[in-house]
Amino acid sequence: MIGAPLFKLSGLTKLYGARVGCRHASLEVRAGEVLAVVGESGSGKSTLLSCASGQMLPTSGGVLHGATSPDGRTVWRDIYQDLSEPERRKLLRSEWAYVHQDARDGLRMSVSAGGNIGERMMAAGARRYGAIRREAEAWLARVEIPTDRLDDRPTAFSGGMRQRLQIARALATGPKLVFMDEPTGGLDVSVQARLLDLVRRLVAEYDLAVIIVTHDLAVARLLAHRMVVMKQGRIVESGLTDQILDDPLHPYSQLLVSSILQT
Amino acid sequence: MATTRSEPDRTDGRGPVQIDISGLKKSFHLFGQNVSIPVMEGGELCVHAGECVALIGESGAGKSTLMRMIYGNYRSNGGKIRVRCVAQGGPEKWIDVGLPHPHEIIEMRRATLGYVSQFLRVIPRVSTLDIVAEPAIAAGAAPEEAVARAKQLLSRLRVRETLWGLSPLTFSGGEQQRVNIARGFAHRFPIMLLDEPTASLDAVNRETVLQLIEEARDDGAAIIGIFHDSAARARICSREIDVSAFTAQAA
Repeated sequence: MIGAPLFKLSGLTKLYGARVGCRHASLEVRAGEVLAVVGESGSGKSTLLSCASGQMLPTSGGVLHGATSPDGRTVWRDIYQDLSEPERRKLLRSEWAYVHQDARDGLRMSVSAGGNIGERMMAAGARRYGAIRREAEAWLARVEIPTDRLDDRPTAFSGGMRQRLQIARALATGPKLVFMDEPTGGLDVSVQARLLDLVRRLVAEYDLAVIIVTHDLAVARLLAHRMVVMKQGRIVESGLTDQILDDPLHPYSQLLVSSILQT
Repeated sequence: MATTRSEPDRTDGRGPVQIDISGLKKSFHLFGQNVSIPVMEGGELCVHAGECVALIGESGAGKSTLMRMIYGNYRSNGGKIRVRCVAQGGPEKWIDVGLPHPHEIIEMRRATLGYVSQFLRVIPRVSTLDIVAEPAIAAGAAPEEAVARAKQLLSRLRVRETLWGLSPLTFSGGEQQRVNIARGFAHRFPIMLLDEPTASLDAVNRETVLQLIEEARDDGAAIIGIFHDSAARARICSREIDVSAFTAQAA
């Protein structure tokens, strides 16, 4: 079930010199909801995700983190303007998480699977070795990796397993908001299906909010509640996923949807 | 206000109004071809709790389009689509599906409005049982309860138990349709939209589906259906609405 708003972009703009990365992008995400950001290469999806996830300072506009105050109100703070550097780093290590397209960017390949999960937990403040190891083992099981692989390095894992390990590492600190950049890109279709099923279950179980960048509209259809379509740095259409896929209103959304290959 | 379903407020035996549509308008603009296709104008429909209303009209008249607009799948260009929504722990509230408020529509689909389309769209690899139980769990049922109901529906619809642990994507068309129907009926939605629920079913399964619809209707659900099967229509529907009356005339 969809809960309270916990993330907002307001008029986000990022310019690279004279070139536009993204312009006046606004959106809101609530707990338990998956938002897909779609568009072709160069449409500004990645720029939007980098700024939104705290990795790149926008030229203007707000990236707002919502926290529920004790009296139930949502308090909005701009992660670049209102948070100190340590506060922002802490947010990115605990309440927010990021899943890269290439698992190698989100994992430490020279460290064991258990170590990868434990490292993120320790960065968020966990200290007791036994508890960390048990929790890492539980997370491996949740992402369907045999727990006897705890001490293996991700270099010995298949692509699909690496991606699941990256998700386990990201979720081990109990984040509320997860950014995903093409998480199923480059995987075999059977591996992709398994990952989609896993993400869908984790979203429901942990009430996660997810912002997922994808160029695969079939992935958006199966995973996302809502969708924004980007073109040349702007959000040109937003709505429920099935509204945009079945009744696209913007010329570019129509072009995008009509270009899907039927199977 | 949940009690209103068992306390009809009208003398003709129908319950309160659940869906109220007026002045509904829709056209599709295709930018690629630069053409505008008007499909509906002046759509009107009012459906009460405890009744099943059939949409009729020739192919292309806009039956499915109207149904999709009620579900919030197609966006309307004018008019009102008011739906009485169940609200958690509070009074019911009316929402206008035509307005751009996606979260209200998501919530409406979760708890109030069920839609059995002609297609089963699911994530590969998820078991039939999970797919059928999912809407009931999403609507707040305890997982054991939802799974029990899913099993009961799958049995009634003669989906063999050996298939329950498998993804329905590998099933035959008829089996997929029955899984789709089981999923649609897993939660007792107060309002249901049924697009050709008996198409591609054999006589025995058709009978089961008609019984499921009758049970939902007698339990107080407001149902809108498209049935090419005129005998089915005559048996379960109290009224027919000819959507040709709202078909837009091309300029």
